[in-house]
Amino acid sequence: MIAFQNVCKIYNSHSTALEDIDFRINPGEMVSLVGRSGAGKSTLIKLLIGEEKPTKGRIFFGQYEVNKFQDKELPAFRRHIGIVFQDFRLLLAKNAYENVAFALEVAGRTQSEIAELVPQVLDMVGLSDKVNNFPHELSGGEKQRVAIARAMVHRPEVIIADEPTGNLDPFHSWEIINLLQKINQLGTTVILATHEKDIVNALDRRVVTLDHGRVIRDEEKGKYILV
Amino acid sequence: MFTIFSRIVHYGLKNFYRNGWPSLATVAIMIVSLLMFFGLVMFNVVTGEAKNSIQDKIDVSVYFKTNVSEDEILNIKQSLETLPEVKPPVEYISRDRALEIFAERHQDDPIITQTVRELNVNPLEASLNIKAHSPEDYPKIANYLKEPNLAEKFDKVTYFENQKIIDKLIRVIGIMNQGGLLLTIFLAIVAGLVVFNTIQLAIYSNRDEIVIMRAVGASNNLVRGPFVVEGVVAGVIAAVASLALAAPIVYFVSPYLGVFIPGLNVFKYFYTNLLALFLYQLLFGVAIASFSSFVAVRRYLRN
Repeated sequence: MIAFQNVCKIYNSHSTALEDIDFRINPGEMVSLVGRSGAGKSTLIKLLIGEEKPTKGRIFFGQYEVNKFQDKELPAFRRHIGIVFQDFRLLLAKNAYENVAFALEVAGRTQSEIAELVPQVLDMVGLSDKVNNFPHELSGGEKQRVAIARAMVHRPEVIIADEPTGNLDPFHSWEIINLLQKINQLGTTVILATHEKDIVNALDRRVVTLDHGRVIRDEEKGKYILV
Repeated sequence: MFTIFSRIVHYGLKNFYRNGWPSLATVAIMIVSLLMFFGLVMFNVVTGEAKNSIQDKIDVSVYFKTNVSEDEILNIKQSLETLPEVKPPVEYISRDRALEIFAERHQDDPIITQTVRELNVNPLEASLNIKAHSPEDYPKIANYLKEPNLAEKFDKVTYFENQKIIDKLIRVIGIMNQGGLLLTIFLAIVAGLVVFNTIQLAIYSNRDEIVIMRAVGASNNLVRGPFVVEGVVAGVIAAVASLALAAPIVYFVSPYLGVFIPGLNVFKYFYTNLLALFLYQLLFGVAIASFSSFVAVRRYLRN
């Protein structure tokens, strides 16, 4: 379970990124975080993964209180999460196989486990023929699929996707959304930050709407409404 | 633990190979810096040898009056050798030996040879040649020789005649020591900073990768380790390459240096101390590269 309790993030007196954020995400949910650019979606995700600390309030991730983590505790915590970014953030010096394997290597998994799991996951995202390709040899959609494979290979409890379709055409965007839905059906919690109206409306799942750093709407089967 | 360590080494080697040009550029800069470091080591050898050569030329010769007996001279020799400033043995040249040396030196000059042969009396004086452990000790030895019970037996003490030159040489040697040390420290710092900045730049260009590794859950050691390994590899290659480049340079320069400082053979020093020189280079290269990598990555390990 993820919980934000009265969370505020103020960068300076002129810039309040988040205010009074208070909601929960239950295990196995698929939640869309929507809002205009600058609404606070990315800040919320940065707080959840410990990249930033809240000015006020508490953030819970299962038994962990994220806002209390020291820098050195973050790597171990992040192994419970899979993160997918808009700009893919693949390791450029590693090929597709190595990028996915890296998530297992940092967790200290054995070579035999890695050799078994990585091809399975790459197959699941439809890239079994691109294992040796480096990021610069892949299309945008393929890069994002590698990123998803990396995010899911260590079976995290939660996958956070921050604008995962932002750099993709509609066809590849749907490929990625379908993959995320499939992962969610397997029991993983998925948090999808996006401002793509069509995708949110078609998903017909829980939608948390942010505006000027506040939650203005939280609906079980929500739509993308920004008024 | 072993798994993580072997992965760090594996990533480091692989990254070094795959980075290609940036790795090569780092090695090239390191070679230049290590050549500079090597130059410093050789500079110290040359100045050390020059210093020794000058020091070797300084001595104090005491000429005894002809009426002083050999036993008395040998007693004085013994007492001089007990002085802590004196480098034993003190060389004793008897009157007969002095005449032999004189005759040998002028054997090609028939007039002098003839004159020496016709002399019934040996006009030359016995002498002691005294060397000090360090140039600063000569004034102390000279003071000892001024003692009246000794001074009355001497006809001439060369130190008092050459005092100005000796003092000047002592000052030159002192300046060489201090200047050499300052220059060594300064250039070693410059060489270190050049390598440090090069590696910082290389890691700066990888800062996004570091952020990604952290986001995926890599521990600080796993992020930092491969960069340190890359630094070590660059250091080892640069150490070997810099010595390989230095060898022919030393070979060609050596005879010219030998002209200025007699007895100095830099190339001989180079190949007899090759292992030690390699270890210096290796230690300097690896230490500075791994330290630079360690420090440069640290700033990106927050968040």
